[in-house]
Amino acid sequence: MKNDMKQINHHLTDALLMGYSAGTLPEAFNLVVSSHISLCDECRARMHEFDAVGGAIMLDQGSVPVGEGAFAATMALINDGKWDTPTSTQAKKDATFPQPLLDYIGGDMSKVKWRKLGGGVCQAILPTTKDATARLLKIPAGAAVPDHGHRGTELTLVLQGAFEDESDRFNAGDIEVANEDMVHQPIAKEGVDCICLTATDAPLQFSGLIPRVAQRVFRI
Amino acid sequence: MCMLTEIDIHATTDARSSTAAHAVATRDNRAKDQKVIVNELSKRTEWVDEIYAIRDTQDSAAFAKLFSHFAPRVKAFLMKGGSSPEFSEECVQDVMATLWRKAHMFDPTKASVSTWIFTIARNRKIDMIRKQRRPEPEELPWGHQEEPSAADVMALSQETGQLARAIAALPDKQRLIIERAYFGDLSHSEIAEETGLPLGTIKSRIRLALDRLRHAMT
Repeated sequence: MKNDMKQINHHLTDALLMGYSAGTLPEAFNLVVSSHISLCDECRARMHEFDAVGGAIMLDQGSVPVGEGAFAATMALINDGKWDTPTSTQAKKDATFPQPLLDYIGGDMSKVKWRKLGGGVCQAILPTTKDATARLLKIPAGAAVPDHGHRGTELTLVLQGAFEDESDRFNAGDIEVANEDMVHQPIAKEGVDCICLTATDAPLQFSGLIPRVAQRVFRI
Repeated sequence: MCMLTEIDIHATTDARSSTAAHAVATRDNRAKDQKVIVNELSKRTEWVDEIYAIRDTQDSAAFAKLFSHFAPRVKAFLMKGGSSPEFSEECVQDVMATLWRKAHMFDPTKASVSTWIFTIARNRKIDMIRKQRRPEPEELPWGHQEEPSAADVMALSQETGQLARAIAALPDKQRLIIERAYFGDLSHSEIAEETGLPLGTIKSRIRLALDRLRHAMT
């Protein structure tokens, strides 16, 4: 919930929210979804709905007895105190960028290691599991991201500035969900550089003959 | 799903006297199933007190009550999702221990106890099976420092009950697809493969089911 955030017009789909709630999305998608929810009260409320559906379904599956020693074992777990340090209440570090993203960057936006893609566009790939790729994109005001299609689903969350493509205009906080049929050419609006957080399904698995380094190049 | 809800108090009260509380819900016994669900509901706000007792006085008797109610249910849910009995047993212990540790973070105006336990189980499973981080939305700044009002807690509890009834009342095909989605480990396309239905049909079933649920909640 950001006071400085303009009204959000493009939201998460039910399928994505259900996948996030069920826990079946790739980590990179979870990052974009949780970042959008951090900025969007409407999708936060919908997330709670989907969690409630999950809770109701969980209770509707009957019961299977736990082992005889289960309660004692659980109390032992509680008493041995070997907890991961509880995540301290998240202190807001940044006024513009959502906390889940900052956690992946490991600090504020100055910690981002941008790499040039050409045409003034920069990207930074964030560390997630390989089933999908999360990246930050910085597009100079007025510039275009190279024309691209998608193999699977591409999520694009605008963090700063705005962009426009064939379908619509996307402002800070808006999320675009593009599928494989869509070939689009986002153009950053004039004013400030446009910074987006994106997630794409991983490219096809490469055979073991292709070294990781080459794979990294192909991901661009 | 809006907060303004009409609740069938009579149904809840009747069910409270039912002895079906510990009956295993089965698909081929819908009537009993419904009764169990409704009976669960009447207990929802009580569970809130048990969580508070753990948070405030490390009350292991309260924890034992929660454990005997929820642990077998969480285990059934995990096994329905394809987890082995051994894994499910380990995960359940972990989930219940996490409940104790995070009792101070429970907010009964945000989630019912069952919803909260579901999210803990989901996160533990992602952690244990998929070995991946689970990014969570940032917490909203706290608007209140005091205990949430009983009215707010009750409103959420009633809404949760209504949702459970709405899910139970869904046509089988719609309910099963939603269940499959929540059992985990199956993406939409995998569900399509399992059932031999085209993806479009799955998606429209889920949409239909959600539309029905929303309708039932307004």
